[in-house]
Amino acid sequence: MHYLPNIIFAIILIAGIGFFVKNIKKIIRNINLGKDINRSDNKSARWKNMAYIALGQSKMVRRPVAGILHIVVYLGFIIINIEVIEIIIDGLFGTHRILSFMGGFYSFLIGSFEILAFLVLVSVTIFWIRRMIVRIPRFWNKEMKGFPKNDALYILYFEMVLMSLFLIMNASDIPFQIVNTGNPISQFLAPIFSGMSHETAHLIEQTAWWIHIVGILIFLNYLYYSKHLHILLAFPNTFYANLEAKGKFTNDKNVTKEVKMMMDPDADPYAAPPEGEEDAIPEKFGASDVTDLNWVQLMNAYTCTECGRCTSVCPANLTGKELSPRNIMMKTRDRLEEVGENIDKNGEFKDDNKQLLNDYITPEELWACTTCNACVEECPVNIDPLSIIMEMRRYLVMEQSAAPQELNIMMTNIENNGAPWQYNQMDRLNWKDEE
Amino acid sequence: MNVPTMAEMMAQGKQPEVLFWVGAAGSYDDRAKKITRAFVKILHKANVDFAVLGTEESSTGDVAKRAGNEFLFQMQAMMNIEVLNGYEIKTIVTADPHSYNTFKNEYPELGGNYKVYHHTQYIKKLIADGRLSLDDTKLKDKRVTYHDPCYLGRANGEYESPRAIIRKMGVNLLEMKRNKSSALCCGAGGAQMFKDAEKGDKEINILRTEDALETKPQIIATGCPYCNTMMTDGVKAKNSENTVKVLDIAELIVDSQNL
Repeated sequence: MHYLPNIIFAIILIAGIGFFVKNIKKIIRNINLGKDINRSDNKSARWKNMAYIALGQSKMVRRPVAGILHIVVYLGFIIINIEVIEIIIDGLFGTHRILSFMGGFYSFLIGSFEILAFLVLVSVTIFWIRRMIVRIPRFWNKEMKGFPKNDALYILYFEMVLMSLFLIMNASDIPFQIVNTGNPISQFLAPIFSGMSHETAHLIEQTAWWIHIVGILIFLNYLYYSKHLHILLAFPNTFYANLEAKGKFTNDKNVTKEVKMMMDPDADPYAAPPEGEEDAIPEKFGASDVTDLNWVQLMNAYTCTECGRCTSVCPANLTGKELSPRNIMMKTRDRLEEVGENIDKNGEFKDDNKQLLNDYITPEELWACTTCNACVEECPVNIDPLSIIMEMRRYLVMEQSAAPQELNIMMTNIENNGAPWQYNQMDRLNWKDEE
Repeated sequence: MNVPTMAEMMAQGKQPEVLFWVGAAGSYDDRAKKITRAFVKILHKANVDFAVLGTEESSTGDVAKRAGNEFLFQMQAMMNIEVLNGYEIKTIVTADPHSYNTFKNEYPELGGNYKVYHHTQYIKKLIADGRLSLDDTKLKDKRVTYHDPCYLGRANGEYESPRAIIRKMGVNLLEMKRNKSSALCCGAGGAQMFKDAEKGDKEINILRTEDALETKPQIIATGCPYCNTMMTDGVKAKNSENTVKVLDIAELIVDSQNL
């Protein structure tokens, strides 16, 4: 029974990672429900975007306070995780601080981890204060009720507990404290444990160690259910983000085909379609459900961490309209997960008489958008809520003729007299003689 | 004013150096027509050989596209491209950032490839080429704030040309708290110009006008006929029309030069 802890550790580790991988596969499958779009061009610009925006967090510091605190947590998260390597080896082989043979370098590493853990603890506490005491408005918009609000808090609590456990683990490790190097923070906690018997202190150390690693695995698996996937998806999301000018909206290729045919004087409207195109199913114009969106838009939805910077700069939202770009992303993800669960249950998608439009996103939200690109500009990981809004407007107008009445009049005017107002095209040059 | 059309130019066997795309607002809206005439005065002053399409001009389709009507947009685009390519147009200048954006970014895929300038970019180029010089005395130390049109700024990254011109007039250029890439929209974009706002607690143009008025300006400058309308309405709603003027950069130049 000597190996029991090692075996338990191995089982927990495999289960934790296995379950995570299973869920990640589900996410990838769901993202691939989206339509194809080619975002493999211009690799150098894409790597650069990823390096600057995801790795370098360049857009985070548009808001310096949150930006710098976030960089601390981000660096802490990445660097402290190096320690997990040692934890896994110790756990599997029943060793204790296996890497301590590195001597001074080991002390340096553990010392750095301790300082970072402390800074993360401070930063996360400030994040909590900003949310709950200062009540920064973007954390209190109406979509931030129930799970979205609690989700953010759970993540902060998780981080607080994990960092505390790491420090307690070191502080209660009496031999480690006796060596007294690599313990810049834990030495201040050590007196709490130094008066205890070695057995008690050891028990506390071991307990902290176990809860810490199990906590990490739980956190890893919590990602799938939470808004926190950005720690992974920020990287592909910035890589595959749109590189074109923000003002360039896509030209629907299917429309181009039809318009070209309409305008070609030699086209025979009754001609059989060219070879190979007989089976071409008439495409739906625009998007009414998540599967009409492209996979980058669906990845955007999983990447969104609901920080609300987009919504806090949206002119529609700032003036009390129903639209919130963050909520567009949240609803897209909610619907995508619903579709995913439907597939899990039925083996394939069974019509559930629901769709993204109306059941999740209302026309009122879509028609409030000024297409100003503020949300796109602001997103720290280059999510594009505007592209989803536009696809859904296209569906409303081209499939359902459901534009607001005033816009129908505007469009009729363009059709009739080449201007959004009802003026005679022959009067277009009148301005030149009017002064 | 002397404004030659492409048809007249063609009849004389001439090709202008640039086509001035007036746009629907610039052609029909009484306020925007003043901007159009101001820009023509500048073109005359700099001896630019230009022409307009006149009655052959039609909507770029931009607003139809933003409203979701891709069919109407592409119909308009292809009709315009046929006209423009028929006249062998190479360079276009426009005072409307929406036309600028759609020509620059959305027409090329449909067969319309042109060198496209927003009028502030073109004016900046005229100054750089020594064809136009600005007087920095008449508006000296006037308090001017500049509102970035979304389709010039965020959409195409052009924040500097308009500001460079404004600075050349010796004015005191004041930045609003939200400016350049974080500028707030005037509320007209995305086809909102042509419909009532959705239900809310405030109009967007009022919020943006408040941003502008915080700088205590004498002039709110902008580079878009739709922004101009929205800000003008905002200033009126704030009962400030006697102290604050809303002017296009082209009008600012005309004022400073006594053109």
